[in-house]
Amino acid sequence: MTVQTQNLKWVQLCQRGDLVAESGVAARLEDQQLALFYLPDENRVYAIDNHDPFSQANVLARGLIGDLHGEWVVASPIYKQHFRLTDGQCLEASEVQLKTWPARLNNNNVEIALAL
Amino acid sequence: MSQRKDLIIIGNGMVGHHFVDTFRALNGADQWRIHIIGEERHSAYDRVHLSEYFQGRSHSDLALGTSEGYQQAGIAAHLGTRVERIDRAAHTVLLSDGEELCYDKLVLATGSYPFVPPIPGHDAERCFVYRTLDDLDAIRSAADQGKTGVVIGGGLLGLEAANALTSLGLTTEVIEFAPRLMPVQLDATAGTVLKDKIEALGVRVHTDTATQQIETLNDGRLRLHFADGEPLETDVLVFSAGIRPRDELARQAGLKVGERGGVCIDNHGRTSDNDIYAIGEVALWDERIFGLVAPGYRMAETVAAHLEGCDSPFLGADMSTKLKLLGVDVGAIGDAHGTTPGTLSFRYHNEAKQQYKKIVTSADGKRLLGAILVGDNSAYDSLLQYYLNDIALPAEPDSLILPSASAAPALGPDALPDSATICSCMNVTKGGIVTAIDGGCCSVAEVKAETRASSSCGGCAAMLKNLVDATLEARGVEVDHSLCEHFSYTRQALYHLVQVEQIKTFDELIRRHGRGHGCDICKPAVASILASHWNEGVHDAAHVKLQDTNDTFLANMQKDGTYSIVPRIAGGEITPDKLLVIGQVAKDYRLYTKITGGQRIDLFGAQLHQLPEIWQRLIDAGFETGHAYGKALRTVKSCVGSTWCRYGQQDSVGMAILLENRYKGLRAPHKIKFAVSGCTRECAEAQSKDIGVIATENGWNLYVCGNGGMKPRHADLFATDLDDVHLIRTIDRLLMFYVRTADRLQRTARWMESLEGGLDYLTDVILNDCLNLGEELDQQMARIVDTYQCEWKATLEDEQKLKRFRTFVNSPAGDDNILFVEERDQIRPATHEEKNRLIASA
Repeated sequence: MTVQTQNLKWVQLCQRGDLVAESGVAARLEDQQLALFYLPDENRVYAIDNHDPFSQANVLARGLIGDLHGEWVVASPIYKQHFRLTDGQCLEASEVQLKTWPARLNNNNVEIALAL
Repeated sequence: MSQRKDLIIIGNGMVGHHFVDTFRALNGADQWRIHIIGEERHSAYDRVHLSEYFQGRSHSDLALGTSEGYQQAGIAAHLGTRVERIDRAAHTVLLSDGEELCYDKLVLATGSYPFVPPIPGHDAERCFVYRTLDDLDAIRSAADQGKTGVVIGGGLLGLEAANALTSLGLTTEVIEFAPRLMPVQLDATAGTVLKDKIEALGVRVHTDTATQQIETLNDGRLRLHFADGEPLETDVLVFSAGIRPRDELARQAGLKVGERGGVCIDNHGRTSDNDIYAIGEVALWDERIFGLVAPGYRMAETVAAHLEGCDSPFLGADMSTKLKLLGVDVGAIGDAHGTTPGTLSFRYHNEAKQQYKKIVTSADGKRLLGAILVGDNSAYDSLLQYYLNDIALPAEPDSLILPSASAAPALGPDALPDSATICSCMNVTKGGIVTAIDGGCCSVAEVKAETRASSSCGGCAAMLKNLVDATLEARGVEVDHSLCEHFSYTRQALYHLVQVEQIKTFDELIRRHGRGHGCDICKPAVASILASHWNEGVHDAAHVKLQDTNDTFLANMQKDGTYSIVPRIAGGEITPDKLLVIGQVAKDYRLYTKITGGQRIDLFGAQLHQLPEIWQRLIDAGFETGHAYGKALRTVKSCVGSTWCRYGQQDSVGMAILLENRYKGLRAPHKIKFAVSGCTRECAEAQSKDIGVIATENGWNLYVCGNGGMKPRHADLFATDLDDVHLIRTIDRLLMFYVRTADRLQRTARWMESLEGGLDYLTDVILNDCLNLGEELDQQMARIVDTYQCEWKATLEDEQKLKRFRTFVNSPAGDDNILFVEERDQIRPATHEEKNRLIASA
């Protein structure tokens, strides 16, 4: 992504203590549901859409994460498709890509960026 | 760059798309500039599975190609654009947007349109056809306000359309002009059996019925008038009375067309103009139109080859079909009407099960000429192979369709010639698959990717797997048993590593013996190994990230993301007070309740944040977790036993409760089910369980490794007349040995079959202690039994663990996408359609 930092607005969603190491939690921003995945070893948070397009249920935060071919993915807990954490790409269906947000840990705040 | 030629394909349906795919695979495509012109705004999609559009699948789910995909391949796709006319002299086509394109070669893949009989009133607002996604959108929006639907046409497509209407929630009726359903494929009896089955599913069928007029009522509804009989009112009407080729461009251009339509082609797919080809449902070959996708694909391949200067003639195609119509199996092979003189037919008709099977053979009974199957397609694959490959039939041909204890003589992969077609959609033969395996493919997935077999309708999947497995085995290929890309070990090997090296965490195991970070395959498998070896809480910090959602939240996730809850009801025994508690909790939280097969009560529809509150009430009333979410002991089912039953030999309920309490919480490679029957009448069905106990006059008979489910297996008698102590010791050892040695997700039945020596070996290990493992197994089980804790109780006492049970970390609200409707006085998840309706009306 080539968005300039000054065009982004960082919004706080929750605290680091709300996250679960190498696992996911769900958060809400207005009508949008997000799945937040926390990798403490890399001090990173990924934010992707919580909506699973295959089951039409809001469940991705409750999927198992892991790496496939060297990239972090979450497996849908319903029908087990894998989505890349970096860009939301579904590995089983090339035409399916989920929304993702830039996310960061700012001290203990968990923030995502919205485009202005 | 050399001068590139222009190839235009008119039509972007399944066949047009397949042509482009095939042509590009044959050719570098660099000598051609390819243009696709599609009238629909959507790129090509899978029309065979159209009805799934109403079950929540979108265009992108059904799509075969995308505009971006075409663009990346350097193909100019003009979607949402019609061709106005073809100018053969100038070699140009004029598009509806005014653009003019030149061609060197042109392929007509314009397909067909649904025939609408000229019944007065057929053009009313609520009359539809069933062909495109736009048609389906129109039907859906009309169905939104309606309750009933009618399909005119009881052929294959008409029944598909009826299926689609029922999935929209409409009460649907089918009108067929002929005296039976699917008159082309079925005979009279088959038509009647199909009709009965479909009517049993709630779809009324009117055969022999001619619609004379369609009247539009004041409120927009329709009233159908028939030649005889009462009129019928409906909200939505769909015509599905056959197809007609879309040959209007060809007619305009002066190409030769058939008397009843269709563009005439030769064996190379060429029309009367050498630069113009026709493929699919618009093409007329030998006076025939082929209304199935597989022959269209064959034509596409013929034309692609011919453009490359190769000769791969189209010489007709097999029109056999196998389908599930409204959930009913229907199969038709070859000439099932027996119109060839001197043929013999064999019929099997079971009115109780509503099954009909018929085969037609040559006069000498040696060759299969045709077959009809209704209600049971299990014989289809074998029959089709006999038919297509002209394989000699067994001496008693009817054995192929008669039910018998020993089942029909199986036609294994070995019996097939190399020319046998395995996948008729993609035209892949046995020889092609064997070649792919010889070329290095080592799994079904690789063979699928290489040959595209089983990538369209999927009907041949089972046969393909058999063939691949048998071929690999015959080649002596060591099939890769790696658990996943992170561990090159089987579950058993990992178990031994954990045991021998005293490994206590996933991180340690993957650091020492694996690579990467793990995935959704290895993490739960290792979690189960660690749990059954060390019996630490599944929620201890080091294990949290390994559990799938069911183990994490100690409940069973359902299709809408809500959970179901199963408290333990050991042996199926429950007090009235406890029943009242379950009822009150279900009522307070508006949960759907159902009695399970394991004699307990499942409560459905709880959201994540409600689970702790619900469980607090259950625990306060004395319930424990039922482990319905875990690969663990589920239930011990029992009959009422000697306490009440006049036939009972022993207290089966008491024994069931003892066993259930002993093994509850034991983590295993898969779920484990028990049952205890109080006498030989076996009311608890113990012989279908992993562990089955049946009372005798002198004690207990123990049965092991039975299984219901997908592939049932009758349990084997393992030991007889055991007293309580020996019964428990034997089960302890057997279960522990299973936990140690079974593969991931392997039930006891498959585990036993996979052990070299099978039952005899198991007897040796468990009863004769030939490995000298007995005491070790006893101790390990004792440790697990002693350290049992109710996971829900432990969770409720731990603030940190409870934090996870939040639907959102930053809001106390629930998920407002979870919506229920009522059915039979209880809730159920709203369908996609119902949700849209509920949201719209809110």
